[in-house]
Amino acid sequence: MTVLLLFPLLLPFVVPPLARRAERCLAPAAALWVLTLAAVALAGGSLTALGALVLTGLLKLPVLAAFGELIHPLRTPWDAVAVPSAAASVGLLVVGAWTLTRSALRQARAVRAAHAEAARRPVAGDLCVIDSPYPDAFALPGRPARVVVTTAMIRSLGPTEREVLFAHERAHNAGRHHYFLATAELAAHCHPALRAVRTSIRFAAERAADEAAAAAVGDRRLAARAIARAALAVGARRPERPVVAPAATTGPVPRRVAALLAGPPPRAHRAAPWIAALLALCATAAAGASVTGLVAFHHDVEVAQGEAAH
Amino acid sequence: MANAKDERRSAGELEAGVLATLWAADRPLTPAEVQAGLAHDPARTTVTTTLTRLYEKGIVDRRRQGRGYAYFPVQDAPGLRALRMHSELDQDADRETVLARFVEGLGPDDERLLRGLLESEER
Repeated sequence: MTVLLLFPLLLPFVVPPLARRAERCLAPAAALWVLTLAAVALAGGSLTALGALVLTGLLKLPVLAAFGELIHPLRTPWDAVAVPSAAASVGLLVVGAWTLTRSALRQARAVRAAHAEAARRPVAGDLCVIDSPYPDAFALPGRPARVVVTTAMIRSLGPTEREVLFAHERAHNAGRHHYFLATAELAAHCHPALRAVRTSIRFAAERAADEAAAAAVGDRRLAARAIARAALAVGARRPERPVVAPAATTGPVPRRVAALLAGPPPRAHRAAPWIAALLALCATAAAGASVTGLVAFHHDVEVAQGEAAH
Repeated sequence: MANAKDERRSAGELEAGVLATLWAADRPLTPAEVQAGLAHDPARTTVTTTLTRLYEKGIVDRRRQGRGYAYFPVQDAPGLRALRMHSELDQDADRETVLARFVEGLGPDDERLLRGLLESEER
């Protein structure tokens, strides 16, 4: 039983390389769905496995075994580690819950601040302009959804480039990308390996919006130029930006620009079905293993309670 | 039905485009100048109607210029200017996943790469 529960905990480590391939090979909108669904399944599997490990450890304690009306000791493949692994699982769950709460509060505060900011300003169509020397633009989800842009961003782009920016943000709102992003955030706090998948999901959302914007203005090169120009306007402002990524890696913005310049809408890559299938397999395996593990655990508890035969 | 919806949406998009054009300029613009600054070249009357609607909503202001008006965006009260926005949002822009930003922070090599891409594009 315990062995089966290790699968959902180990499988997420296999997924980040697959997710990075999916970014490149799948159509952005498809990648967004596949990656988000896989992240949900893997996060759920990981949580279930940790929960079952915690319960196993708890039922090894005599007091709780009596409370659970166990008349036989609970069977586990390795009794010696049941309690330590339960303690470790509790630790992981507590850390996850803590970072998740912190992140949720921060996101909620940011969205609230942005809404408050938007509410105090006139809105033309769906556009809210903030008079600010800092170039910035984002899609503000909600009812009604808004596109929030600072004057510095407006001024750093030409008229046609501004259309790209608006189309990009409108695509985020129309596609309800904030749900995908929130799900990715949630998953990232359930298992450390899913943080890399969150990065992939963010990238897929941006690429999906880029493709929608390029289609809306009918010019991929124009879309690429608008993104590059906006990024340079933002980047030039903060040369002291802390170095998070190793210098050799390419950030998401140049990759988005390059993908748009690379040519017509990406046709399905030859490897795309395989990568999607592998991701689905990982997700299904994680979910399946955790459910089977849970069922087996339940059976073991019943055996220990003397209600079921071995 | 779908048509009315499309029309309403494009009217909203035109309002957004017109307001952005006014903000991008550093002086009041006549309807003709606004029209010239818009990407998809709508009819002059449509632009004028949109400007009037924005004026009635109090989003833009206007002053007489020649036989018509020149329009400019209504400025925020100085105290309101993005102070809170940039104390709360900007510090940690990369970490607010849910607010999908147009562009996120550039890494150390990104700027060079982007300039390279832009240059090869403009040649």
